[in-house]
Amino acid sequence: MTGREVVLARLRAALAGAPPAVPEPGPAPRDRGDRPPGHPDLLDRLAGRLTDYRAEVHRVAGAGVAEAVAGILAAAGARTVVVPAGLPAQWRPGAVEVLVDDGLPATRLARLDAVVTAAAVAVAETGTIILDAGADQGRRAISLLPDLHVCVVHPEQVVAGVPEALARLTPDRPLTWISGPSATSDIELNRVEGVHGPRRLHVVLTDG
Amino acid sequence: MSGRGGAGRTTFLGMPATAPPGVGNLRGTEPFPAAARRALGDAQLRRNLRHATGTIRAKSAAVIDEVPDWPQLRAAGRAIKADTMARLPELLEQLEAAVTAAGGTVHWATDAVEANRIVTELVQATGADRVMKVKSMATQEIGLNEALEAAGIEPVETDLAELIVQLGDDRPSHILVPAIHRNRAEIREIFLRAMPGVDPALTDEPAVLAAAARRHLRETFLATRVAVSGANFAVAETGTLAVVESEGNGRMCLTLPETLITVMGIEKVIPRWADLGVFLQLLPRASTGERMNPYTSLWTGVTPGDGPQQVHLVLLDNGRSAVLADEVGRQALHCIRCSACLNVCPVYERTGGHAYGSVYPGPIGAVLSPQLTGVADNASLPYASSLCGACYDACPVMIDIPSILVHLRAQAPHPRTEAAAMAAAAYTMDHPALYAAAQRAAGLGRLAGRALPPPLNGWTASRDMPAAPPQTFRQWWAEHRSGS
Ligand code: SF4
Repeated sequence: MTGREVVLARLRAALAGAPPAVPEPGPAPRDRGDRPPGHPDLLDRLAGRLTDYRAEVHRVAGAGVAEAVAGILAAAGARTVVVPAGLPAQWRPGAVEVLVDDGLPATRLARLDAVVTAAAVAVAETGTIILDAGADQGRRAISLLPDLHVCVVHPEQVVAGVPEALARLTPDRPLTWISGPSATSDIELNRVEGVHGPRRLHVVLTDG
Repeated sequence: MSGRGGAGRTTFLGMPATAPPGVGNLRGTEPFPAAARRALGDAQLRRNLRHATGTIRAKSAAVIDEVPDWPQLRAAGRAIKADTMARLPELLEQLEAAVTAAGGTVHWATDAVEANRIVTELVQATGADRVMKVKSMATQEIGLNEALEAAGIEPVETDLAELIVQLGDDRPSHILVPAIHRNRAEIREIFLRAMPGVDPALTDEPAVLAAAARRHLRETFLATRVAVSGANFAVAETGTLAVVESEGNGRMCLTLPETLITVMGIEKVIPRWADLGVFLQLLPRASTGERMNPYTSLWTGVTPGDGPQQVHLVLLDNGRSAVLADEVGRQALHCIRCSACLNVCPVYERTGGHAYGSVYPGPIGAVLSPQLTGVADNASLPYASSLCGACYDACPVMIDIPSILVHLRAQAPHPRTEAAAMAAAAYTMDHPALYAAAQRAAGLGRLAGRALPPPLNGWTASRDMPAAPPQTFRQWWAEHRSGS
């Protein structure tokens, strides 16, 4: 018998006597009268929760993204920035050295100051930004190695909770859920920001 | 339960089997009471634990309070897990097909020996002599690090707490925070002693210690070609694996290497993509007391041009089939390793995790370890509880740990222990007021949940009351302290 056959035979034997009773899950765990995507309440909640977990939130008009991004980079003293190939051209910061990712090696990415990406979905209730490696977000490595991540989110991408987010996402793309900057609770269970991921997360939340 | 003993191995190859002895970390070197006694004598350990578990309990209660449908979410979590166990063989086959279709390779390991062999051979095939690891209970359970080292491969733990344990030549004592028994001053000492190139001016500020770990591991992340991970969830319908983490070491290990090997207990599978919506709400709030942990990574096989191009999944039995065969005990397989039951347990808070011997400490360890190994090999663990019920109330998937403990006590021969060890430990156990309260409550039919602070008390309202235990922890202790 192969390992596969042994394990499956064991499990079938284990269930043969009395299979587990499956309790009714009860009413669907979610009917909170939540707002539709992009509702102003959701945007406020997202901004509040992000701030709560030490991300910095910048709320701007749709036309003000480039200026906000440039301002964040300048304030952080970032001089080298990587962007995914599909990032809208008008968001690209002008005053710094911009590298468009074409498969840059990790060692190169690790020496860059910042990354600018879009997002796929954001979850208001948990303060979570979700990247799905789309053309305006890029490979997972580019939003991991630079120490500053600037992420642009549009209102229609903001959903109320986790189930709504999953319904919009597809499993055939690698997903990265980000809730604030890298952190640890491993020292006396106190949350400390800044371990291996980007130590600073700035979210530019537009109004349309 | 069958499957124990050499003579039966061939005959019962396809029958549920416990985890083999002599490999991995499911069995302690001494019974719980003896180990507990030593731990109870360590005042610093108790202070560290009390501080840490108190912090996490308060954080968790606050964020659970924000979720109006928390009871329904727990019920949904329990129902999904029960459904999973009822269909486990089919779901694993479905998972295998989906992972394979997405470019991954699936391996099946009957036990720790097989799993270690599979992983070692996969690493050897890459030619690498070093792997980086993101915290995984399954690989600790099977003793993978020891197996890799024996094959000349260096495993590097990248989780901060695991790193503290590894550098300190120590053992993990908590599911979520393996170095929970260490405070900041002790961690500083360990780093100064064992971290190459560390700044001698290192302070014990948590942020400074975290920054030291960042510098220490950066080169490892960039240069290591193989990573080994665990998985919190695996979606049968899509083949998607999930790792829930905080620091970003998980993202590094899942993104940067050429080869990724994930070792996962077979009970981690869940049926549907949408089921993630239940567990990704339950786990962070119950575990770290956050609305959401900083990073969650989901991947499905291989993505061309993004992340590891060689992706393996090792499905591990190692005693789980034996647990599944036990109609009462099988709920222990529902565990999502949040560690909430440890954080509320009065026994854990006093003894710490090492006393349990196994990598699975606390209330879940007291029911899982004896079932994985066979009760005879962990006979004192079902008694490592006051049956106060706090674990059941805290568990985000409503595992009725007290009922399983009672069930296992009926199977456990009362272990023989030294009278002196018992007497000393029992004296300490006798003093904390919480014990007395919990034991009184247990005698009253386990109404202890009512005595818990909000919001824990609300959860007790609808739970089933198990039959009164045949013998309480204290009665058992009292009997054995006299050496009978
Ligand atoms: S038994 Fe429940 S509370 Fe304990 S670690 Fe598992 S899921 Fe969490």
